[in-house]
Amino acid sequence: MNTLAARFNAIFGADMAGPLAALAAVLIVFGVASPHFLTSATFGSVAFQLPELGILTLAMLMPILTGGLNLAITFTANIAGLTLAWTLQANGGIDAGPGAFLLGSALALAVGAASGLVMGLVIAFTRAHPILVSLSMMIFLRGLGEFLTRGGDISGFPAFIAPIGHGSMLGIPVPLLILIACVIASHILLSRSKLGFSTYMIGSNIESARYSGINTRKVLVLVYMLSGVMAAVAGIIMLARFNSVRVGHGESYLLITVLACFLGGINPFGGFGRVLPVFVALIVLQLLSSGLNLLGANQHLTTAVWGILLIVVMVLRWLSAKFIRIVR
Amino acid sequence: MRKLFLSHTTEFVLFAVIIAMSIVLAFTTDRFFTLGNGFDLLNISAVNIIFAVGLLVVLISGGIDISFAVAASIVQYVTALALERIGGGGWLSGLLIAACIGILLGVINAFLIHRFRIISIVATIATFNVYFGLLMFFTKGVSIYNLPDWLTSRVIIYEREMADGSWAEITLPVVVMAVCTLATWFFVTRTTTGRQLYAFGDNPEGARRFGINIGAMQFIAFGWLGLMAGIAGLMQAHYAQEVVPNALYGRELDVLAAVVLGGARLGGGKGSVLGCVLGVLLVSITQNGLNLMGVSPFAFKMIVGAIILVAITLSSARIGNLVPVFATRKSTGDRPADRGESR
Repeated sequence: MNTLAARFNAIFGADMAGPLAALAAVLIVFGVASPHFLTSATFGSVAFQLPELGILTLAMLMPILTGGLNLAITFTANIAGLTLAWTLQANGGIDAGPGAFLLGSALALAVGAASGLVMGLVIAFTRAHPILVSLSMMIFLRGLGEFLTRGGDISGFPAFIAPIGHGSMLGIPVPLLILIACVIASHILLSRSKLGFSTYMIGSNIESARYSGINTRKVLVLVYMLSGVMAAVAGIIMLARFNSVRVGHGESYLLITVLACFLGGINPFGGFGRVLPVFVALIVLQLLSSGLNLLGANQHLTTAVWGILLIVVMVLRWLSAKFIRIVR
Repeated sequence: MRKLFLSHTTEFVLFAVIIAMSIVLAFTTDRFFTLGNGFDLLNISAVNIIFAVGLLVVLISGGIDISFAVAASIVQYVTALALERIGGGGWLSGLLIAACIGILLGVINAFLIHRFRIISIVATIATFNVYFGLLMFFTKGVSIYNLPDWLTSRVIIYEREMADGSWAEITLPVVVMAVCTLATWFFVTRTTTGRQLYAFGDNPEGARRFGINIGAMQFIAFGWLGLMAGIAGLMQAHYAQEVVPNALYGRELDVLAAVVLGGARLGGGKGSVLGCVLGVLLVSITQNGLNLMGVSPFAFKMIVGAIILVAITLSSARIGNLVPVFATRKSTGDRPADRGESR
């Protein structure tokens, strides 16, 4: 038994057990409950719905690993989407060419990076609490977006953008491909790069990280910038998926991204956690959503079940910790 | 005086900013410095201040709560249904029902946090989703407009006719707000339990070894916030004269920003009722001033966000660097910066 557990840990990592168990449970329960669940239609809808939430979760992940939080991600995504939309409109709207799209995307990523840069600088240099800094940035960006759009939405984009939201390549949805690319990039960044190492160090103990020669300020600024860039990617995908941009699109994802991170075993105080369990946790959430949908529940009940799932996971973690103590 | 300033830096700075803004607004707009506008400000801020003093208690005890605004929505809805069931009721029964449901929802949070050792932000994000999801599921998003008459008719406590014929009024929510604020102030500064909350928030392990009942602290803090959220929910229904299930959605983050602007520390052990009230008032006065100056309402949030961001940057930067007079003393321990990396 012990060797089996050790082998599992060696292959997947210890933090993978929970999300994989939840994945198996969801597949079995809904597979039995609904004959339509284990069909390609379910996985197709999951594949198209997952990317926005998934990329936003990746944007939330890195700040949480440093022991912070970025509550501005959804509105950063909105503002980045608006930037792209305006660039397209300025270059002919529906007739805009790929060049305008590339320029707009670059500007969108730059806007995302700029929002992260401001937050990173304030957090790194004044040591104000990240919740607070990102919260005020969120309020500011929401206001900025509402001010510039007057609460309306912008639509009318060239046809070649639609495949980014709806198209498939080799049978795999394009947004899913983008998400997978982002997951791999985040995974490599966090587990193989110096920045990733520093991120974990800062999350577990920022003072000792500083004493050991890590430029903590630079790392914090970079982390929040990357978070902003990732949110901007989500904004671009949301533009392509909805074929419109509106301030407040995806607002309800904000707390769900935090929920997904915690489900994926990320330590709320930072320092511990990996990308892949979070990815599995995201798949669990979306499968749960699709399964409940098949059984006739609505989106709000799904939200409630996601919350209950988080509580159950936390209670199970508490129980297992207790159990281990008793066994020893 | 200097000692008083050093121990209450945030409050003094906020107060100074509010005074400065008021003076500017008094000269640039002709309506800001009137009794009517002052009362309007209080009427508008009342609900947020009730939320804020409740949240303050949780922040002092070292926790955080994301779910209170959604809990207040549940309180509104269930209270309205319950009042319909008992055939109307009155203020007493309304407040009693709202308070009980509020406390119950707060206690659920405390139970999860204490019994299963879930960190408060995780637990309350979970309950936020559960509360909001279930509320929207069961109500199907339908609002309630036929509230009892006593709940929707404005209760005017004090009124005075102004020179131009308009009426300046103080309404019930302001009085309730004053009672809640005073009660919270008395609770956290004048009772043993209040002092224990500060001690617990500052250092839970130390408090435990000192013999403070940790579980009781959690239940009292979240129960108090639940109570305040319940009252605030009822007051919001009274003020808006309707119950809309998702009307308070998103309010939690605005209140949180205002409370921490008022000097409460995320991480526990610090924060005062006065600072918290001033924080909410500063945000309200900014919005009110922008409104009177004829700035587009679409720009309000943007400017408020920018002000909070600047305020945090300035208040977290070493004050000694900005104002050299205070650089000699090291005892300004009420700034987040001195906590170092509590996050």
